[in-house]
Amino acid sequence: MNDKNNLLPSGLPRIESLEMRGIVKKFPGVLASDHVDFDVKAGEIHALLGENGAGKSTLMKILYGLYQPEEGEILLNGEPISINSPTDSLNYGIGMIHQHFMLVDNLTVAENVALGLKSSRGLRLDLDVVSARILELTEKYGLNVDPNAVISKLAVGERQRVEIVKALYRGAALLVLDEPTAVLTPQEVDDLFVIFKQMVADGHALIFISHKLHEIFALTDRVTVLRDGKAIGTVQTSDIDKEGLAAMMVGREVVLTRERPPVTVSEVRLKLENVDAFNDDGQQILKNLSMEIRSGEIVGIAGISGNGQRPLAEVVAGLQKISSGRVLMDGNDVTGFAPLQMINAGLSYIPEERMHDGVIKDFSVEENAILQDNVNAPFSNGIFLNFKVISDHARRLIQDFNIKTPSRETPIKNLSGGNIQKLILARELARDPRVLIAAQPTRGVDIGATEYIHAQLLKGRVEGLATILISEDLDEVMAMSDRIIVLFHGQIMGIVNSDEITAAELGLMMAGEQSESAFIE
Amino acid sequence: MKRQFFDRLIDALLPLFAILLAFAIGALFLLWQGVNPLEAYKAMIVGAFGNKNGLADTLVKAVPLMLVALGIAIAFRGGMINIGAEGQIIVGALFTSWVGLQLGGGLPGWFIIIIGLISGAFMGGIWGLIPGFLKAKLGVNEILSTIMMNQIAIQIGFFLLRGPMIDPAEVAAGTNIPQSARLERIADMPRFTDMAKWFGFTESAKNLGLEGFTKEIYGLFVDPTRFHSGFIFAVVMAVLVYILLWRTTIGYRIRAVGLNRHAARYAGMNVKQTMVMSMTLSGAFAGLAGAVEILGLHHRMFEPVAVSAGYGFAGIVAALFGKLHPLGIIPSSILFGGLLVGGDKMQRAMQIPQVLIVAILGLVVLFVVSTDYLVKKRQNRRVSVTDGDDDLAIVEKMKESLKEAGADEEVDA
Repeated sequence: MNDKNNLLPSGLPRIESLEMRGIVKKFPGVLASDHVDFDVKAGEIHALLGENGAGKSTLMKILYGLYQPEEGEILLNGEPISINSPTDSLNYGIGMIHQHFMLVDNLTVAENVALGLKSSRGLRLDLDVVSARILELTEKYGLNVDPNAVISKLAVGERQRVEIVKALYRGAALLVLDEPTAVLTPQEVDDLFVIFKQMVADGHALIFISHKLHEIFALTDRVTVLRDGKAIGTVQTSDIDKEGLAAMMVGREVVLTRERPPVTVSEVRLKLENVDAFNDDGQQILKNLSMEIRSGEIVGIAGISGNGQRPLAEVVAGLQKISSGRVLMDGNDVTGFAPLQMINAGLSYIPEERMHDGVIKDFSVEENAILQDNVNAPFSNGIFLNFKVISDHARRLIQDFNIKTPSRETPIKNLSGGNIQKLILARELARDPRVLIAAQPTRGVDIGATEYIHAQLLKGRVEGLATILISEDLDEVMAMSDRIIVLFHGQIMGIVNSDEITAAELGLMMAGEQSESAFIE
Repeated sequence: MKRQFFDRLIDALLPLFAILLAFAIGALFLLWQGVNPLEAYKAMIVGAFGNKNGLADTLVKAVPLMLVALGIAIAFRGGMINIGAEGQIIVGALFTSWVGLQLGGGLPGWFIIIIGLISGAFMGGIWGLIPGFLKAKLGVNEILSTIMMNQIAIQIGFFLLRGPMIDPAEVAAGTNIPQSARLERIADMPRFTDMAKWFGFTESAKNLGLEGFTKEIYGLFVDPTRFHSGFIFAVVMAVLVYILLWRTTIGYRIRAVGLNRHAARYAGMNVKQTMVMSMTLSGAFAGLAGAVEILGLHHRMFEPVAVSAGYGFAGIVAALFGKLHPLGIIPSSILFGGLLVGGDKMQRAMQIPQVLIVAILGLVVLFVVSTDYLVKKRQNRRVSVTDGDDDLAIVEKMKESLKEAGADEEVDA
């Protein structure tokens, strides 16, 4: 290996190997990292897989200098090092790409990259120097980023590339990628993976954190599974299958593929006719939207984040006014109904941002279980709450939906994401709704809870519930839905049968291309 | 488990440490002024709690503090900040005395008292409803509007007391002091000793030969002081507010909207209506404080700012110190009443400038409020360990508070 081969395209030395040995990190009452061994080499993508709270982020924060481990050591190219701060970490050549973009929207790419770095000219900006270096990097890595572009004008995929440039600019030889695909279209994911693969071919080391199993298989060389703070095992990705990985994550066999038993759909429960809606800034967020949801079917709404999914849900929930068109529920005109009226008409809504819109964090589990129904019998006589009934109700939900909580009185913020989502689902289904809107019902939820939530949605389907499933996870949409409606810029790009379409075709429609087979009706 | 208990204990004791710390810093000021801090603080504590008259004054001051603090707590629980209790006290006191003066002529005293209390609550409620409505409908910041409402109340008070409501005797005597006539004596809320008599406390403490501290306590029941039945009324109100907030659907909605108005809206609650309601209730309790001050203590309306006497602001601190919990507000109001009375006594006993007393009380407030923040932070740290996501949680919190700040404009239900 000659000298040239030891340098990365960015001109910096590579990290031949990084090893974490016997890492222990304790928090009061929790062993977040329990003698974990993990390593990554130059030219390899090593996946870190585990459910929420399994210890992935703790481990990566130790690597990034945000936490100090109680025990264990970190070896860089065989030499023990200590990382006391993110600055240390950067100096060793370790960079991070976070799940959420850490970019300032109204600054340019160059300004974002320069942010927090010392200028080479003291107090004066050196953006031209930064831009030149960015151009050099993007050329070498084929990243195609304009240093003068303002972030807010960039597409999501481009922003992700800016994050990579930022890390490279700071001298990252090893990159930690924390769920980098969460907000990308399938095509953008493919493009990104090409970049990642080129980077490892050039000698970078990558750590890839994801819970999307198919991505792990598409991209990584090795995978380490964490569970309850322990490293369950490290395997060659080619030596294992999805079911095997899922079982390692959860600790038991998991049903990944769901059978949708045939159901005869019946009457139209919800109907939208030529709905237009505008947001507060006067932008049109829904354009001439028409759809029907029938009893006994799950209709998936596919689309890239921000293409009208949320306005659609909120129009139906009565939270968003429409400027023209009609909304019908069970044949009755419910256009312009207030949220309470829609709830009383039989609508249940699992909102996308569950901590923000779905529950009140400081309320107890039982208080959260009656958010809609607190005024109604039997939970109150209109004035005084009936705590016995409320407790019984909560107890039943906890039992029926297998919600793990220390007690009914526990503030809901102390529950895990999956259990909070189960409570919301339980609350909404217990109301015996006519129509259910489930927005991102399994996002950030562990595999066990996802499995359970899916089963409940399918159970509702068999019982005749009309469900709208909004999800950015294409696998979920395709597996769960009978029909799929693709939204783009607030418009319907197509309504397709889920059995007759491929992810690639859906991806094209999500990107705004209308295919011939787009409308089945 | 042990650790948890210890953590809780520290949380519970932190406010007391805060007070001690504030006193310690206050001691430096006192030393600088050449006053022995130990003697000064002794004068303060003895003055507030150590004898019958001091204790009576403390409890008298605790009454408006308690009522105001209850109102503040309701507003806070509903996600609203009511800085307008001063004005609400004033309009409550004004309306109570006006109604009381109109209702002479043979009506039973208890009837005038009840109508007087309702009047005060009503007018205070209106003074809370207006900023609540402005906030809900137009997004007007309630902190600003309630402060403005304070000024309006003060000026209306002066206007009425110099003109329509002035005591005819003042005009006749030519002194023209801006105050109303005295309400009829039958409309005085009973003094505590009068009530004690109903239960058979008749002998004066001296005659009973009681000594020491117990004598002072017992003296409250038998020897005439300013201590009046408004205290019992306020304590009953505290219990009622507790029931309102934690046992009724109205309280449930107020708390839901206060903690997360988005989730409340998604759940079909009428967020705007609830915001207006919590501000109205909040104002009503401050108005009630004004009414009780008139009916129980002053028996006439005079200079508005002297009637409200800063209770509208001190009540906020009492509410925070009582953890915004109606039952916590009872002791915290007594404590703050004691601080006010004790500060006064200390000033007189030690010849300390008034501003120094204000500074020391200010220190107490500052430290107590900071403790609250500290306790919350400690709790959050304990909660968020499961994911090891401390810093993320903090970022989320910051984002949320930013959103909340921006959300003022987008309360659209």
